[in-house]
Amino acid sequence: MLNRFPLWKYLMVAIVVLMGLVYSLPNLYPADYALQISPSAATGSIGSQVEEESLELLQEQNIAVRRTERDNGTLLIRLENPEDQLVARTVVQQALGDDFVVALNQAETTPRWLQAIGARPMALGLDLSGGVHFLMEVDMDEYLGDRMADYASTLRRELRAENIRFATIEQTDDRVITASFRTTEDRSEAENLIRRQFPEFSRSSTSDGQLQQLRLVISEDRIEQLQSNALQQNLTTLSNRVNELGVAEPLVQRQGNNRIVVELPGIQDTAAAKRVIGRAAELEFRLEARSDASPLDREEYPFREGSGRSGTAELSTEVIATGENVTGANFEYDENNRPQVSVNLNSAGGSRMMQATRQNVGRNMGVLFIEYNTITTYRTVDGERVAEYENVVDRSIISLATIQSAFGPSFRITGLNSAAEASELALLLRAGALAAPMYFVEERTIGPSLGADNIRMGVTSVIVGFMLVIAFMILWYRTFGLFANIALSVNLLLIMAIMSTLGATLTLPGIAGIVLTVGMAVDANVLIFSRIREELDNGVTPQAAIKAGFDRAFVTILDANITTLIVAVILFAVGTGAVRGFAVTLSVGILTSMFTAILGTRSLVNLFYGGRDLKRVPIWGVWAWRK
Amino acid sequence: MAQMKLIPFMSKRLTTAAFSGLLIIASLGSLAFQGLNLGLDFTGGTLVEIGYEEPADLSVVRSQLRDLGFPEARVQYFGSERDVVIRLQQDDNPELGNELVQELRGDLDQQLTLRRSEFVGPQVGEELRDRGGLGMIIALLAVMVYIAMRFQFKFGVGAVGALMHDVIVVVGIFSIFQLDFDLTVLAALLATIGYSLNDSIVVSDRIRENFRNIRRDDVSYIIDLSLTQMLGRTLVTSGTTALVLLSLLIFGGEMIRMFALALLIGIVVGTYSSIYVTSNLLVQMNLTKQDLARPEKKENDDEPEEIPDWLKDED
Repeated sequence: MLNRFPLWKYLMVAIVVLMGLVYSLPNLYPADYALQISPSAATGSIGSQVEEESLELLQEQNIAVRRTERDNGTLLIRLENPEDQLVARTVVQQALGDDFVVALNQAETTPRWLQAIGARPMALGLDLSGGVHFLMEVDMDEYLGDRMADYASTLRRELRAENIRFATIEQTDDRVITASFRTTEDRSEAENLIRRQFPEFSRSSTSDGQLQQLRLVISEDRIEQLQSNALQQNLTTLSNRVNELGVAEPLVQRQGNNRIVVELPGIQDTAAAKRVIGRAAELEFRLEARSDASPLDREEYPFREGSGRSGTAELSTEVIATGENVTGANFEYDENNRPQVSVNLNSAGGSRMMQATRQNVGRNMGVLFIEYNTITTYRTVDGERVAEYENVVDRSIISLATIQSAFGPSFRITGLNSAAEASELALLLRAGALAAPMYFVEERTIGPSLGADNIRMGVTSVIVGFMLVIAFMILWYRTFGLFANIALSVNLLLIMAIMSTLGATLTLPGIAGIVLTVGMAVDANVLIFSRIREELDNGVTPQAAIKAGFDRAFVTILDANITTLIVAVILFAVGTGAVRGFAVTLSVGILTSMFTAILGTRSLVNLFYGGRDLKRVPIWGVWAWRK
Repeated sequence: MAQMKLIPFMSKRLTTAAFSGLLIIASLGSLAFQGLNLGLDFTGGTLVEIGYEEPADLSVVRSQLRDLGFPEARVQYFGSERDVVIRLQQDDNPELGNELVQELRGDLDQQLTLRRSEFVGPQVGEELRDRGGLGMIIALLAVMVYIAMRFQFKFGVGAVGALMHDVIVVVGIFSIFQLDFDLTVLAALLATIGYSLNDSIVVSDRIRENFRNIRRDDVSYIIDLSLTQMLGRTLVTSGTTALVLLSLLIFGGEMIRMFALALLIGIVVGTYSSIYVTSNLLVQMNLTKQDLARPEKKENDDEPEEIPDWLKDED
């Protein structure tokens, strides 16, 4: 008998190997360390003078530049040496000032033809690239408490507006508001109104003899919705803020019901990162002060830079609504194709807005942006540059427009200068404030030197482990060992290719997973080869022994790998960060090793030995014991 | 059958059972009395790794920390004398790491670099602990169900017995020597489960096959035969895996050291347990031919089942 594969099987193996080769190729092109310069306001643009200025500065510092690119309003300066990156950024940022954001970037160097077919290098985890990892938890109790208080005050206002008399309306428990009335008539009128306008509450009536009470319990659905909204808004806010930090590939991701993960590769100054991420900003809607208002009732504020107006305006001290009331803000065009921002307020903000605007048509309404910020200034003391931090509250007007007619929870801000201004205003309105307070529950910083060390050590241990296994296999199994080694190399290639195309992140435990896979992947071959030897010992002919070895070992290999895969999947499901990285490479490694160790090795064996009359099978190495 | 010398594994089964028992008692005892040296991931707290330009003097660092009001700080070298790790129980101040570096740099005339700083809040630590334990239990159950389905209930018990033995012993060794037990060690423990299982399955597979093909219904003989047949394979696979783990232990750096160590111990213990614990339990439960009787329709076959088409030869 002969062991032969049909042509299509050889072709399939060859194609998979080729694909593995192509898609793991981008990892050979290390990213350039680069500076990415973009204008800080959406209205700005980058001209050639910025490019020239930056290059001159870098030249003064003896920082070698590899290449510069300018497109889509951003400038990318690729540097020759990674260690120059931080210095370069500081120098350029100081010179260009606040009008530009200078970010650290790892610019791809993958050739275009590879990019065109979707090949890209593996993403490196923080433990390999260096950077900061934050885990923040949203304080939902406090947030829900605030919402219930909002509800209570809205209810009071609505009942008053409808002339329904009540004694008290108060929050009496976590999720309960109790309203009390003097008469049952008042109570049933109130109940009607609440049924119509606040269907999210379930109602029950009680009486304590003197007062008729209405107990309102907010529905679980509504609570879930509120929580999910709060988390979503915090997520948006954080993403927007992280973008301001100027990090190449930030990650802002929801984790569970109340947590947000922020990962900033390349950032070293955690303090600065936290100042931006944890920044408190607030929005206020106020009327423009009447010219005859008393000085006590008016305050003068400058227009915000980039708002398209200069100078100052006076606003009334009375606040109609705040950023917390904004539930949505979108940039759009009106029928004359002029940019505007549509704003949605929650019910409390909406009814206050309705009241205020009804009485003030024709007057101006201003949007005041309040920012609690930290300013970094650089000074030179004794020849050394030191950074100084100062906390400031910055109040400025982002928009001042005429009230055309009374409006409630949804309205539009018009009279904006440009589309860029409008979209930035919408963004600020949306992302201006965190919906719910947050605090840091986990923080990890990996310095750049440690990241580089980890890569170096990880790669070394993979190479050494790989070499040891290869040497061992050849000594033990001779030519078949060589086949197994080729399969093992292809396995490594496939792991890299799959990780790269999936966009999976490589971490240090991930490298450990690869190392472990190298050790375990040969198990399949060991099982097959031992079986072949056994069959040969039993006096079976060479070709039949090869066939039996592959066939009989298959089920064992399958069982062993499926159980390991079960464990890897569980690891992934219950694990976080580091453990997941390990689980991913382990699972990928198990799957690819099934392919390479069984089909790959078999193709080689069939190709070289399967088609001819075989007298001896070269499966005993110099070390292997033989009876 | 080939004339292979039969190694009488099962004649030592009482001795090894006693040995395993001793290991388990020692492990459980140590766990009960001194517990685990849980890492930051599970306890919450702050960890700062600082790189010094010159070899650092730990006693100086300790006294500096005492002066700063952290007498309970644990200070250790990490890999080299220029690398110092400081662990604090504080878990209410995420800024602590940065502050420490500033303070320690203060009165030294060398440059310090913050290599790593980790802060884990108490609630996260607790959660990770719970999820880790949960993962372990789910993994054990899932595996038991799979083996019971693929083989037979007694094999499931045998394999899971071996797994529990391995987990207890590895955790026990970490407890006895008070090694740092962090998240990566937990991952290694789960990987050990996967590995040890791999071994148990391969052995069980052969035991099943031999039970079907050989007329003697003597559990000890069949198990000895199967173990002897698989010994080469078991040693080679454990050997190659141990080789790469040694490479990881030596070259992989400090952050991955405990992981490599845990897995290495796991593999040694796992290899031992797949030979002695699984088989021992099978003998104990008195595995018989009847246990492995196939459903009627698939009468004779020593042919392996379920070979997919794509693997079949077309000769």
